[in-house]
Amino acid sequence: MTTYRSPVDEIRHTLRHVADLESVSALAGFEHSDQATVDGLLEEAGRFFDEVFAPLNRDGDLVGSVRNDDGSVTTPPGFVDAYRRYVEAGWSTVGAPVEHGGGGFPWLVNLALQDMMTAANFSFSLCPILTQGAIDALLHFGTEQQKETYLRKMVTGEWTGTMNLTEPEAGSDVGALTAKAVPADDGSWRISGQKIYISWGEHDLAENIIHLVLARTPDSPPGTKGISLFLVPKYLVNDDGSLGERNDVHSVSLEHKMGLKASPTCVMAYGDQGGAVGWLVGEERAGMRAMFAMMNNARLSVGLEGVSLAERAYQQALAFAQERRQGRAAGAEPGESSPIVDHPDVQRMLLEMRSGIAAMRGLCYRNAAAIDHARFAATEEERTAADQMAALLTPLSKSWSTDLGCELTSLGIQIHGGMGYIEETGAAQHFRDARITPIYEGTNGIQAIDLVGRKVPMEGGAVIRRHLAAMRATATRAADDPALSGAAAHLHGALDALAVTTDWLLEDGADPARRLPGASNYLEMLAVTTGAEILLAAALSDGGEDPAILARFFAANRLARVPGMAAGVTEIGPELAAGRSRLLAAP
Amino acid sequence: MKVVVCVKQIPDPADPGALDPESKTLKRDTKLILDESDSYGVEMALQLVDTAGEGSVHLVSMAPNNEVGGLRTALAMGAESATLVSDDALKGTDALGTAKVLAAAIARSEPDLVLAATESSDGYTGTVPEMVAELMGLPSVTFAKSIAIEGGTAKVQRQTEAGYDDVECPLPALVSVTAGVVEPRYPSFKGIMAAKSKPVDEVTCGDLGIDAGSVGWAGGGQEIVSIADAPAREAGEVIEDEGDAHERIVSFLEELKVL
Repeated sequence: MTTYRSPVDEIRHTLRHVADLESVSALAGFEHSDQATVDGLLEEAGRFFDEVFAPLNRDGDLVGSVRNDDGSVTTPPGFVDAYRRYVEAGWSTVGAPVEHGGGGFPWLVNLALQDMMTAANFSFSLCPILTQGAIDALLHFGTEQQKETYLRKMVTGEWTGTMNLTEPEAGSDVGALTAKAVPADDGSWRISGQKIYISWGEHDLAENIIHLVLARTPDSPPGTKGISLFLVPKYLVNDDGSLGERNDVHSVSLEHKMGLKASPTCVMAYGDQGGAVGWLVGEERAGMRAMFAMMNNARLSVGLEGVSLAERAYQQALAFAQERRQGRAAGAEPGESSPIVDHPDVQRMLLEMRSGIAAMRGLCYRNAAAIDHARFAATEEERTAADQMAALLTPLSKSWSTDLGCELTSLGIQIHGGMGYIEETGAAQHFRDARITPIYEGTNGIQAIDLVGRKVPMEGGAVIRRHLAAMRATATRAADDPALSGAAAHLHGALDALAVTTDWLLEDGADPARRLPGASNYLEMLAVTTGAEILLAAALSDGGEDPAILARFFAANRLARVPGMAAGVTEIGPELAAGRSRLLAAP
Repeated sequence: MKVVVCVKQIPDPADPGALDPESKTLKRDTKLILDESDSYGVEMALQLVDTAGEGSVHLVSMAPNNEVGGLRTALAMGAESATLVSDDALKGTDALGTAKVLAAAIARSEPDLVLAATESSDGYTGTVPEMVAELMGLPSVTFAKSIAIEGGTAKVQRQTEAGYDDVECPLPALVSVTAGVVEPRYPSFKGIMAAKSKPVDEVTCGDLGIDAGSVGWAGGGQEIVSIADAPAREAGEVIEDEGDAHERIVSFLEELKVL
């Protein structure tokens, strides 16, 4: 088992050369987030997560969170104390608005801290990240009184938050949910129903848990148009802010999962004893809008989970490869076995991991910077352009980073050889943990539908074309650099293929029946190309040898495949429709 | 109550360090961090001030290249201010020279109590605190595991091999603090932001009235004649159990004087 160490230098490099922290710090209100301050935060937060969160990751997997007979949930040993120290240190407050007790730092900086926290302890990190999502929804749609009552303690982490969407028959199809809300005389509501897959729905880390719950009010139309969002605290809050009665919401069981074992995934029962007291957040029947406010940033956070878990797996695989001796590498002394890191195929796997992580991290950070510009840029025009870019990049960040996160954590096991399949090494945990990330927060298939159905057609295709043109400019600049010209040629090739495929999507593929079968393939083409462009741009900006090697490796090894993927977008639609149905029909 | 803590900024032990063949000393051209062994003194000082209900913690450090990264960590933990002695003339300064500089810098603060680690994690001479005490004419108590201030007296539990001694001395005094006796707090987000505006007074030898010729290579009372790689770790002995393994392990541990 290796010790995780936050990759502060890589993160700093990405902030500077990819996400352009300088331009984010120049936005009004972010003057305090200069490079030196951010460096200080990264170093101290990194040390905190390395020393306090990371050592609990393994035990979290082995022991897991446990539900007791009285419905309470006990987290693994050390979690309660670590969470108390996390709250004391104030790390949850960095990105929250100043008026609610936060530090008012850019989302980009918040994401960088999240990167380290997630790698240190993925299960643990979900609790603050979900709280963050609930905070976002309340900030956007909560009443002044709701903000006053709940936000400050959620920002400090003294109270945590959850998101309650899923029901047994309402997964990706949220509109099918049946939880009910009926109005009470005092302006509150009574919520009843069952929710599943509620991460951190019950636990012993904080004194109160604020559930945000989607439910249907009386006489609502079916589907998503009839859904409203409610705030349901575990303990009701008295007028003076103290905690009052226990609300009628309980965890009735925990799921047994493939990974992520320290994060309690609860089945939550609302209203078994007459109705949980809740309050409407936002307008009635506008719950989906509020939920999307929570989910948009959450999708980026989930994408980042792919990066962080791959980083953790990479550090472990690299340490193992430097230690483990097998066979004799070319050039080694006869009779001596070599560390496996000297073998070319092991080097290839490690570089796949390292270059992939750099590309994914760059994508997610650039996405976060776009979110900051979208909120705080000086002109309406800049804000709109940044908002569109964030909208385009979010499904790429979520989908590609989690798919590649699974691939790379699997590669981490491969590098360990047989020992990787043995749980004792801990390599398998990262893969098992990562496997949820392409599924939750909108499956990657849904992300692809979002990309080709909503994002690519934005402004008649002008947004995607602007993105392709910007990447083309990087390819042209890189072509002048002798060290990068080969990679630049691959980028030009990928962009040629994307230009054709994008035109097809906007014209021939406008019909969903034509564009949806290849949507995931298009997403991968665009994401790999964007990742490669990010590595090239970083190499140009940095000027050093190491970033150039990563960019060249990624271009030759992964980007060069992109033109070959175009057929998977345009040729598996209507042409194969009839055959597809026959092959997949029940016998 | 005014507590001064001597803190050293050292190359990050997690990064492989290297010796400079020319100066025969540790290369310090990388970023420096707060020596972990000093974090216990900082924590203890903060706790003492907390307990007293009044007072402040001031840091004193010496570094060749105006480095303040490690000081910012200690300031973020809660110290109020720092003095950094930084001067090209200090390159190659030995333990006694360091003590002269620190003593002069500490004296400016007129502290009630001076805390230091028992030794640094990169130099390991383990002599500087006592030299500072001697130069300043202060009582010196070493290896403290706890300190209580009562009136004008420091009551110290001084760690020994067998247990601890109860030692008392009048203030002002210099006490060296054993590593690991308290749990140093992590700098909080607010602490880090506050530390940005805390004063770090950068001074030179001249400012302290120290003759540059009495410190650095010029003033060194010692000379490093050569450096060599540490011997590679030898393979351990495998003890096969033939019924007497426990006895052989016990005698091995006795040889090491562990038992």
